[in-house]
Amino acid sequence: MSARRRRRAAAEEEEEEEEEEEEATEAGSDKEVDLEERLRELDLRSDSDIPDVPLPTDSTPEILKKALSGLSARWKNWWIRGILSIAMISGFFLIIYLGSFMLMLLVLSIQVKCYHEIITIGYRVYHSYDLPWFRSLSWYFLMCVNYFFYGETVADYFATFVQRREQLQFLIRYHRFISFALYLTGFCMFVLSLVKKHYRLQFYMFAWTHVTLLITVTQSHLVIQNLFEGMIWFLVPISSVICNDITAYIFGFFFGRTPLIKLSPKKTWEGFIGGFFSTVVFGFIFSYFLAQHQYFVCPVEYNSETNRFVTECEASELFQMKKYSVPPLLQAVLGWETVNMYPFQMHSFALSTFASLIGPFGGFFASGFKRAFKIKDFADTIPGHGGIMDRFDCQYLMATFVHVYITSFIRGPNPSKLLKQLLILQPEQQLSVYKTLKSHLVEKGILQPSLRG
Amino acid sequence: LQESESENRLDGETASDSESKSEFGGSSPVPTSDDTPEVLNRALSNLSSRWKNWWVRGILTLAMITFFFIIIYLGPMVLMTIVMCVQIKCFHEIITIGYNVYHSYDLPWFRTLSWYFLLCVNYFFYGETVTDYFFTLVQREEPLRILSKYHRFISFALYLTGFCMFVLSLVKKHYRLQFYMFGWTHVTLLIVVTQSHLIIHNLFEGMIWFIVPISCVICNDIMAYMFGFFFGRTPLIKLSPKKTWEGFIGGFFSTVLFGLLLSYVMSGYRCFTCPVEFNNDTNSFTVDCEPSELFQLQEYNIPVLLHSVLAWKTVRMYPFQIHSIALSTFASLIGPFGGFFASGFKRAFKIKDFANTIPGHGGIMDRFDCQYLMATFVNVYIASFIRGPNPSKLIQQFLTLRPDQQLHIFNTLKAHLVDRGILGSLEDA
Repeated sequence: MSARRRRRAAAEEEEEEEEEEEEATEAGSDKEVDLEERLRELDLRSDSDIPDVPLPTDSTPEILKKALSGLSARWKNWWIRGILSIAMISGFFLIIYLGSFMLMLLVLSIQVKCYHEIITIGYRVYHSYDLPWFRSLSWYFLMCVNYFFYGETVADYFATFVQRREQLQFLIRYHRFISFALYLTGFCMFVLSLVKKHYRLQFYMFAWTHVTLLITVTQSHLVIQNLFEGMIWFLVPISSVICNDITAYIFGFFFGRTPLIKLSPKKTWEGFIGGFFSTVVFGFIFSYFLAQHQYFVCPVEYNSETNRFVTECEASELFQMKKYSVPPLLQAVLGWETVNMYPFQMHSFALSTFASLIGPFGGFFASGFKRAFKIKDFADTIPGHGGIMDRFDCQYLMATFVHVYITSFIRGPNPSKLLKQLLILQPEQQLSVYKTLKSHLVEKGILQPSLRG
Repeated sequence: LQESESENRLDGETASDSESKSEFGGSSPVPTSDDTPEVLNRALSNLSSRWKNWWVRGILTLAMITFFFIIIYLGPMVLMTIVMCVQIKCFHEIITIGYNVYHSYDLPWFRTLSWYFLLCVNYFFYGETVTDYFFTLVQREEPLRILSKYHRFISFALYLTGFCMFVLSLVKKHYRLQFYMFGWTHVTLLIVVTQSHLIIHNLFEGMIWFIVPISCVICNDIMAYMFGFFFGRTPLIKLSPKKTWEGFIGGFFSTVLFGLLLSYVMSGYRCFTCPVEFNNDTNSFTVDCEPSELFQLQEYNIPVLLHSVLAWKTVRMYPFQIHSIALSTFASLIGPFGGFFASGFKRAFKIKDFANTIPGHGGIMDRFDCQYLMATFVNVYIASFIRGPNPSKLIQQFLTLRPDQQLHIFNTLKAHLVDRGILGSLEDA
C-alpha cells in the first residue's frame, strides 16, 4: 500500500504545483484540488476501488407489504415481482385498447424517463450536481433531438394535415435548418458554460448526454415508426422480448444449472434455450391471433376529416391465409399435409429468434453497465423490478432490428415521404415528373391511357 | 501488496508516474521532441524562437494550402479519398487520446473493436451515398444490387456483431474502462464520420460548395490570427487566451470579403459549379452541365446608403455570392465555437495538441476543429435553401414502389397539379 500512498502524495504535490503555476491561490482552491483529485481517482482506479452508489430505498407499497408479511423473503420477492409484472402487462393491454395515439404518448414518456434515469446515474458517478447549467442543457438537447425526429417522421404521416396550415408548412420546409439552429444554440451554450476547473467533468457529461440520446431517442423513434407500419409490428416484437424474459426466468428457476455468462450469474443455458423455444412458439401463436384483426394489421393513418387515427385497409398479402406444405419430416409428427398460416407468422419466426438470441445481449450490456458503475438497478421506479430501463434493456436492439427488417424485407421506401418530397418540387419539375410517371405507369399497364383517373 | 501492485499495473501506471509532470502518468502521450524537418531547422537557426515559430507555421501553412490546390486540380475522386484519409487520421488521434486518458492499452480487444466500428459506420454511410449517386451502375452489377437492396440490414448485422463482441469482451475488473472507451468511440464516430460524409455530400453538390466553406474557415483562422497579432488587445474568451475581439471582428470582415471574391472567381467555371456526376459510359466523374441560375450573373440594385461609397447604381453579381455571405458569416461567427470546443477538450485532458503530425501546427484535428460545424451547416443550408429534393432521385425511388402505391402517388400528384392550375383538368398531357 505504501507505493500507492507514495503515488498519491506525488500526485497531490504535482497538483499543488500546477495550481500555483496557473494562478494565485484562492480561498476555494481546496475544493477544486479535491475535485481534480476525485476526477483522477475516478479515472485511474480499477473498478473494485469505487464505492457503491447508495442503494435506493425499498419503495414497495404498504398494502403489498402487509398482504405478504407472512411469507419468507424469497417468496415475498417472487410475489411482488409477479404482481407487478401482471400489473404492467394489464397496463399494456389497456393502452393498446386505447389506440395508437396513447401508445405514442406512452413511448414518449418511457423515453423521457429512461433518459432521466441514465442522466441521473451520470450525475451520481461524476458528482456533478454542482453544475446546474448542465441539467438544463441535457434536457434542452433531449428536446432538440426529439423535435428533429418527430418533425421528420410525424410530418410524413400528417402530410395532408400539414398541407393546409401555412405556419406548419414553413416549419416543415425549413425543418432541418431550424433543428440544426436549435442544436447549435445548445452547443454554443455548452462551450460558453465551460468553467475553468470543471472542463473534464463537463466534457464527460456532454458525451454521456449524447450517447444516452443516441441510445434512447433513436430507439423510441424507431419504435414509433414500427407502430405506424401496423400495430402488430409493435406488439409482436415487444411481447416476444417480454415473453423471452419471463420464460427464460421460469426455465432457469426450475431447470437452471449451467451458467450462461459471467456478467449475469443468474442466467443459465437451460433458461436461454427454453426461453428461445417458448418465445418462438408464443410468437407464432400470438401472430396468428393478431393477424386476423384489421385493427392490428393495417398501417396507422391519420384521417384529416375526423382528426383521428384510423386503421382500416385492405389486408396486405402478408395477412392473408395461405396454404403451406408441411415438410415431410414434420408430417409424421403433426399428421397434417398442409397447414393454413399467415405469411406474417414466418416473419414472426425471425422476430422471435432475434428477441431470444440477440435481445439478451442488450440485457448483458445493461448488466455490464450496472456492474461498471456499481449500481444495483437503474432506479427504483417499479417495486421489485427496478427502473424503467431495467425493463426495457432488452428492447433496445429489437426496435432497430424490426425497423431494419421491415425496410429490407417487407416494404420499399416510404410512399408518404416520397409524396411529400414531390409536393415540394418546383411546378415545372412537378410537371416533368408527372409526365415521366404517367408514361411509366401506362407502359406497365397500371394506368389505362384513355382513362382520366 | 502483490495484488495491489498487479492492480496498479492493470491501471497502466508504471514506476515513472511520480516523476512525470503530465496528468496521466506513464509516458507522456504528447512527444515533446521537436520534429520540424532538419532542413527548416538549419535555415532558421539564427532567428529568435518567436520568429522561428512564426516562420515554421507560415511555411507549413503555405505547404498545406498548395497541397489543397493540387488535390482540387486532381478531381473529385482524389478529394473523396483525401477526405476519407483525414477522417481516419482524426479518428485515430482522438481514440489515441482516449487510450492515454484511460490507460487502456492493456485492452487489446478494444483497439480492434474501435477500428471495426469505424469500418461499419463508414460502410453504412458510403453505401447510402454510393447507392444514391451511382444508381445506374449499382443496378447493373448483380452483387452490388443485392448489397444495395439489403444494405441497411447488412450494416446493422455488422454493427450488431461488433456490439456482441463488445459485450462478450467485458472483463471483470475493467467494466468501467471498457464502457468509457465504448462511449468515447461512439461519440468520436458521431463527430468525425458524420461530418466527413456531409462534406462528401456537399462535394457532390458542386465543388464550389466544398471549396468555399473550407477556404472561408481557413481564411478566418489566418485573418483572425493576423489581426490579433497586430491589433489584438481585448481577450475574447477565457478558454483560448490568445484569441482577441479585434482578431474576431477583423477576421469576420476579411472572411466575408474573401468569400465574395472567391465565389466570384469560382462561379465562372463549370468544373466548380456543376454537380459531380458519374458517367456510366466513361466510368468516370464528370462535371458538365448548364449552370443553374445561382451561377448566372444578375443585376442587383445597390442600396441607397452605399451609392455614395461605391458610386455604382447597380452591380453585376452571381446570386451565389449572396449565399457566400451567409457561409462566411457562419464560418467567422459560429465556426470558432468548434475551435473553443476543441480548446476546452484539450484543457480538460491536459494536452497541448491532439498529436504532432504537422510541425508547428499539431495534429490533423487541430487544423480541422473549426470545420466540424461548417460541414453540417453547409449541408443543412443546401438542403433547406438551395435545392429541393432531386427529381431524378425521386423517380428512381418511385420505380421501386409497389404498383398500388405508385398509382396512389400518381393520383395525389395529379390532383395537386390540377388544384394549383398547373395541369388543366381537361388536359391529357
